[in-house]
Amino acid sequence: MSAGANGAAGVRLEHVSKAFGTLRVLDDVSLELPAGEATVVLGRSGTGKSVLLKHIVGLLHPDAGRVFLGDQDITSLDPAALAIARRQIGFLFQNAALFDSITVGENVAFPMRRHTRLPETEIRARVHEKLAAVGLEQAVARMPAALSGGMRKRAGLARAMALDPAVLLVDEPSAGLDPITSEEIDDLLVRVKRDQGATLVVVTHNIPSARRIGDNLLFLHEGRVLARGTAAELERSEHELVRQFMQSEAGG
Amino acid sequence: MDLLIAPLSRAGHAVAFAGRAILEMFRPPFELKETARQLYEVGWRSLPLIAVSGFAVGIVLSMHTRSSLERFGAEALIPAALMLALVRETGPLIVGLLVAGRVGAGFGAELGAMKVTEQIDALEAVAVDSFKFLVVTRTVACMLAMPVLTTVANFTGIVGGWAAETAISGMSFEAYFRSAFSVVGFADYIPGTIKTIVFGFIIAITASYLGVHTRGGTQGVGYSATRSVVAASILLITANVVLVRLIFFLFPESAG
Repeated sequence: MSAGANGAAGVRLEHVSKAFGTLRVLDDVSLELPAGEATVVLGRSGTGKSVLLKHIVGLLHPDAGRVFLGDQDITSLDPAALAIARRQIGFLFQNAALFDSITVGENVAFPMRRHTRLPETEIRARVHEKLAAVGLEQAVARMPAALSGGMRKRAGLARAMALDPAVLLVDEPSAGLDPITSEEIDDLLVRVKRDQGATLVVVTHNIPSARRIGDNLLFLHEGRVLARGTAAELERSEHELVRQFMQSEAGG
Repeated sequence: MDLLIAPLSRAGHAVAFAGRAILEMFRPPFELKETARQLYEVGWRSLPLIAVSGFAVGIVLSMHTRSSLERFGAEALIPAALMLALVRETGPLIVGLLVAGRVGAGFGAELGAMKVTEQIDALEAVAVDSFKFLVVTRTVACMLAMPVLTTVANFTGIVGGWAAETAISGMSFEAYFRSAFSVVGFADYIPGTIKTIVFGFIIAITASYLGVHTRGGTQGVGYSATRSVVAASILLITANVVLVRLIFFLFPESAG
């Protein structure tokens, strides 16, 4: 299988709009997330950051506009083709979203069992390898409910990495974690990008974390991209709100 | 006007949900492993509840039948009357309501929790059809388990009836069974039992629908569990009226 070993794929949004009821969450957003780079999406709560991520993996469908994964328009795919496209994507949910009726090891094995024909011994070896990469090889037989928040997030990352995705989407890696654990997760993400050449898209409120991870940052406000650039560029942004945001070191 | 449209549109959604479940049941891939797991949860683990309840209901029915038939000096008909009551209606309905309680609450809460913790999104994100994986497997498991559970309840009900009877009249197990089975035929057993497949469908679809549409965190999960039991029970009891009418129409002999 070569689910993602085919190298990174970029992501492109073209004029994407999305509203929930009368609330416009994304308003004609066009942007390019370059292959092999880490893009950090910043913005205040409720400005559509998670909604943006869910569009990339096809969990949400835009009211207007198109979303490209590599050169494939995923908004035009039928469910079966979308499922195939999704195998190139890893998604780390805010609260990890581990399947809590099965063990940590089975969680990591789950995408492999579904989408590859690897023999059981090979799957076990890969599960071990993925869990070792996040420092959780001891927890393979434990149930998700028995893990701490940081361990859960790391296990979620191992599962998101199970098929060596070309694109890794991460929703709030630092939410609910202490600063040290949060830093460890950031380091892991940077390593994934560097070692596997994956395209990384990270949503966060945490500025220190954004600086550590992001090759480039983009700032969403009221459904639009207000600013975009490196951390240094955003600090000198013409927008007061962006400068203010960048100065807050508190994170969270 | 909104007061009318909102519930109607929700009902429409639920019917579409049910229709989709029926279609998907026949479309591969079949999630056999997950269906087996659900069958264990729904069927095997409901057995103690169903067996004990059937037994207790059998005792109570027997006591009532005795006090009624005694007035006409027709005690000899007790086993047959009990058997008819159990197999035709009491067994299926009791099992339906018990499973609506146990399994409906379970589905509503489990799927609700999966929804609010984004596990359903996570399934989709790892390219699994969550409807097939979660809803269709549970529906099939419920539909398969119900007739078996009903048969178990019928059986323990008869045993309970015999236990009550033998305590009073000392009737032997063999005589009791012979008398019970003398009147009851497949025309009594089959329609009532097939009916429970429909009950299983109603329970699983109602609870799954409410579960996967859960909103609002932990409170929402509890709410979904409660609503699943209430809605499944009401739908089941009202559908039963139609089903009994339908059975009398299709199997006139069972109305006799």
